[in-house]
Amino acid sequence: MADVLAVAEVRDGVVQGVSREVVTVARGLADALGGRVDAAVAGGRGAGEAAAALAEQGADRVLAIDDAEQVDVRAVAVAEVVRGGDYGAVVFAATGPGRDLAPRVAARLGVALLTDVVAAEVDGGRVVVTRPVFAGKALARVRALGAPALLSIRPNVFPVSDAPRTAQVAHVAPSGDASAGGYRVVGFEESAGAALDVSEAAIIVSGGRGMKGPENWHLLADLRDALGETAALGASRAVVDAGWRPHAEQVGQTGKTVTPKLYFAVAISGAIQHLAGMRTSGVIVAVNRDAEAPIFGVADYGIVGDAFEIVPELAAAIRTLREQ
Amino acid sequence: MNITVCVKRVPDTATRIRIAPDGCDIERDGVKYVLSPYDEFAVEAALQLVEAAGQGEVTLLSYGPEATQESLRSGLALGAHKAVLLTGTPDMDGWATARVLASELADDDAGLVLFGVKAVDDDQQQVGPMVAELLDRPCATSVAAMDVAGDAVTCRRAVEGGQEVVEMDLPAVATITKGRYEPRYASLRGIMMAKRKPLVVKPAPEVAPGIAVESLAYPAERPEGRIVGEGTDAVPALVRLLREEAKVL
Ligand SMILES: Cc1cc2nc3c(=O)[nH]c(=O)nc-3n(C[C@H](O)[C@H](O)[C@H](O)COP(=O)(O)OP(=O)(O)OC[C@H]3O[C@@H](n4cnc5c(N)ncnc54)[C@H](O)[C@@H]3O)c2cc1C
Ligand SMILES: Nc1ncnc2c1ncn2[C@@H]1O[C@H](COP(=O)(O)O)[C@@H](O)[C@H]1O
Repeated sequence: MADVLAVAEVRDGVVQGVSREVVTVARGLADALGGRVDAAVAGGRGAGEAAAALAEQGADRVLAIDDAEQVDVRAVAVAEVVRGGDYGAVVFAATGPGRDLAPRVAARLGVALLTDVVAAEVDGGRVVVTRPVFAGKALARVRALGAPALLSIRPNVFPVSDAPRTAQVAHVAPSGDASAGGYRVVGFEESAGAALDVSEAAIIVSGGRGMKGPENWHLLADLRDALGETAALGASRAVVDAGWRPHAEQVGQTGKTVTPKLYFAVAISGAIQHLAGMRTSGVIVAVNRDAEAPIFGVADYGIVGDAFEIVPELAAAIRTLREQ
Repeated sequence: MNITVCVKRVPDTATRIRIAPDGCDIERDGVKYVLSPYDEFAVEAALQLVEAAGQGEVTLLSYGPEATQESLRSGLALGAHKAVLLTGTPDMDGWATARVLASELADDDAGLVLFGVKAVDDDQQQVGPMVAELLDRPCATSVAAMDVAGDAVTCRRAVEGGQEVVEMDLPAVATITKGRYEPRYASLRGIMMAKRKPLVVKPAPEVAPGIAVESLAYPAERPEGRIVGEGTDAVPALVRLLREEAKVL
């Protein structure tokens, strides 16, 4: 018997949606291990109460770690929580903040970390996961040898399921001191436009070199807007290298790996390094004027034609549909 | 200030990957190898910082098979001063790799140890922060630009929605992403000089494995897609399919 710790993600006091996926995976593992699910919420004050809703997905208890904003302090605090419990597994989200946090916790606990997990199960009392390697060209089945097993799950892969409980919220104070580690967050500069990170969006509209220049991106932004607030813009490397879009939007082997439920590849040829970042998307739509473009080899639906004509029509048709 | 950059030799991003008969590794024959692309950013960052300071040396450190010497020579050709290869097989085990690298770095005098944000073969994004913890040094991940002043380094981290600015006391660790640093090309002179630069090769220390790879498999083929049509005439049919068949709208 062992419990599972689900490390929820909080940003600006708001519990992020991916946390429900994390708790769902933790619940599955805990049922197999015969234990309880604790959801650790490390963020500002008040986040713990907000996280009580994670009981919906099966958290038995919420551990609110107060005043652990900075990643180094959070790592110390989460490792302390793990040491203080009887956990067989700890589940993180493989998001930007999760990727920053999880390896620090793993090293503090002296165990391995299985990142970017797309399937997880318990086999012979041990956690065994599946994770993509070589840019998704292969899937590795990997067993954690140490205990607890630490894993981070790829967002948008595990469907959220409900297993409601009533969770109590307990507050934990980190013993770490934010100024002791020689690490200080001193500022933040917002970049224009990037409301939703491409790696966490449910729908992505990606543009390639065939869009001809940054001045034409309003066409893609309009399609994104038509698709609603879960949609984000993406880009090929050719576009980023040309300086038309920021690197944060690049999809592919040297950009982000994404798994949205719907991916639009507009005027993108479909080079192997681009496919590496998006081939596990739910549904792929390609718009390209070259019927031979490799992107059509992975697309579920394709339209051959000029993006400059098709994208505005598509945005209009989707708006009409959503207004109905 | 001296800087050490940890670099990994990985299959070229365009290489076809075939699973070996034992089912636990890939066929290594015929694979073209390169320095992991993000590690090239890290090397460039180190060279620029040392050049700007007008003093200090850049050391490359790698854990991998003998053939990694080739990749290290290519890094020396860019301007790094010396290299160390710890021979062994990393086997997708980030925690084991971190301990191997940390054992070598423990008595290193480098003010900064740099990593790529991720190695593009196993894509774990973990070795850098793990090494930092083992060395008990502060670590900034996903750094797009760095400026050193006195005993501190200011890092601009690429995060969701913008850039976070982090200040760290030296010695420190950072993982580098695409941003300020555009990898240079080796000059002919650089390539000639690289041949004479010191490259120490020694066996990696034994560490207990953190994971076991049980098997590798190919991902499921995507189902055959279809061309809905040509030009704007195909738009209504596409929207209908997305709604009724794929159920994503
Ligand atoms: C080490 C390495 C790492 C890499 N990492 C990445 C990565 O992370 N992400 C990535 O994307 N790439 C990556 N690449 C680059 C990759 O190989 C390709 O060069 C890149 O993806 C091409 O971008 P593109 O499809 O936008 O441009 P192109 O290949 O130039 O394709 C443009 C497409 O637009 C179509 N087109 C043109 N005009 C129109 C129009 N009016 N309407 C409709 N279609 C039109 C054309 O038919 C063509 O198919 C990497 C390469 C290397 C070597
Ligand atoms: N075998 C290795 N030898 C040297 N450096 C490595 C090795 N493996 C990983 N690294 C470094 O750690 C970074 C992150 O790797 P990873 O955590 O595997 O994605 C890489 O970009 C390298 O800088």
